[in-house]
Amino acid sequence: MIEVVNLKKVYGKLTVLDNISEKINAGEKVAIIGPSGSGKSTFLRCLNCLEDPTAGSIFFEGKDLADLSVNINLSRRHIGMVFQQFNLFNNKSVLDNIAMAPILVAKEERRKALRHNFAVSVSNIFSKKKKAKCAVRKKDDIKKEAYDNAMRLLKRIGLEEKAKNYPSTLSGGQKQRIAIVRALAMNPKVMLFDEPTSALDPEMVGEVLDLIKQVADEGMTMVIVTHEMGFAREVADRVLFMDKGQIIEQGSPDELFNHPKHPRLVEFLSKVL
Amino acid sequence: MQAKWEVFYDKFIVYDGWQTVVDGLIATLQIAVSGLLIGIVLGTLIAAVKVVPKTNFVAKFLSVICDIYVGFFRGTPIVVQLLIGYFVLFPALGVQLKALNAAIAIFGMNSGAYISEIMRSGIQSVDGGQLEAARAVGLSFSVSMVKVVIPQAIKNILPTLGNEFIVLIKETSVASFITVVDLTKAFKDIASSNYEYIIPYLMLALVYLVLVIIITLGIKLLERRLAVVDRSR
Repeated sequence: MIEVVNLKKVYGKLTVLDNISEKINAGEKVAIIGPSGSGKSTFLRCLNCLEDPTAGSIFFEGKDLADLSVNINLSRRHIGMVFQQFNLFNNKSVLDNIAMAPILVAKEERRKALRHNFAVSVSNIFSKKKKAKCAVRKKDDIKKEAYDNAMRLLKRIGLEEKAKNYPSTLSGGQKQRIAIVRALAMNPKVMLFDEPTSALDPEMVGEVLDLIKQVADEGMTMVIVTHEMGFAREVADRVLFMDKGQIIEQGSPDELFNHPKHPRLVEFLSKVL
Repeated sequence: MQAKWEVFYDKFIVYDGWQTVVDGLIATLQIAVSGLLIGIVLGTLIAAVKVVPKTNFVAKFLSVICDIYVGFFRGTPIVVQLLIGYFVLFPALGVQLKALNAAIAIFGMNSGAYISEIMRSGIQSVDGGQLEAARAVGLSFSVSMVKVVIPQAIKNILPTLGNEFIVLIKETSVASFITVVDLTKAFKDIASSNYEYIIPYLMLALVYLVLVIIITLGIKLLERRLAVVDRSR
């Protein structure tokens, strides 16, 4: 699903990612662990080019996202992202947070369809072969569908009575669950989680992890950067251990946690477990 | 004093001086409000150019142009700008503008320079994660800015923007340099028609004061309205 080839990221003289090549298959749940400063967040953010790679390629659905001529926005619509600091839009209500992007994207497609139809009707005047026009959705339908879907997602996480509230009035756990369904509202093919529970009170970690687990059980492809070793062990199919900008060991959770080979990983696990 | 009042009353009511004052007030408000609106649009554009990452030649070039623009309008007095604009620049470009419209254009460009800096600080005060989150769901840079970042920036800078509006209202008092009959000019005409200065000029000050107080209240209301996102229901 995502294939990373020789990915490099350099800030000034500091090499954050050192020639990483990795493949993430459809349906796979990959957890990335490692000490802070090991480049795991940067790696994740490179997957949807929130950080521009210095060198290398990231192939998603056959397109190289690192190539500047590729329209990154189209690809990002299929890659959901959840941040450590939630990053809900502060100026939008909860419902609008979830529905905004689907509405804007559908409206953009609507404009594209209108332009296409206009071009077709012009060309139909001159050519004998009549081309067909494509369907144009009504604006009201777009909005209604997006809001219905947003409400359905809110019900799923049990926060439908918060639909009209603004993010500043919510707890961290609520914000993060809304951030997750905001990403789901775009029907992504992959979800990226950047330390989704690191900014939460210990009490709220559970509810967020439960939701992530649910999404995982539905077969979503996931890449999760996390410090929750127990969670990584439970959910992940494969765990990557990163240090100094490289993936130095990887394998199933059982292999990695119970039979670590690399001395750096042994040392890391002895500290965190 | 009684006599001075009578003189003023004569000029103001009997000889229809109030008509000029009302026209002047309207001109002042026109310049200030239109100037502010032009300034907000220009300022937002300039600020957008300044916050875009300068990765290519076009972005760098535009940034330099904006620097020169801001440098000129902040570095010279508004009176000089009015004179150059109305008597030199617009005629040289072959643009024929009424004095009022020329004043609106120049005050707009002037406040655009100031508002660009206010707007830039406002945009930079919005947490970077907001833009990232908008980009991550696949919205373009410009849509993300318009839908997410700039609304929050405007909320943050509203007090400063109100300040700019107040400054603008008061600065319009120099518009008569290019023959615009604004509030100041109207009262000045009343005063100089019979050399009684005290009452017209105190009245003039009072009108500006009332204008500014009304605007201050308006901004407070608006701030409270926009602060709804920070309150629980």
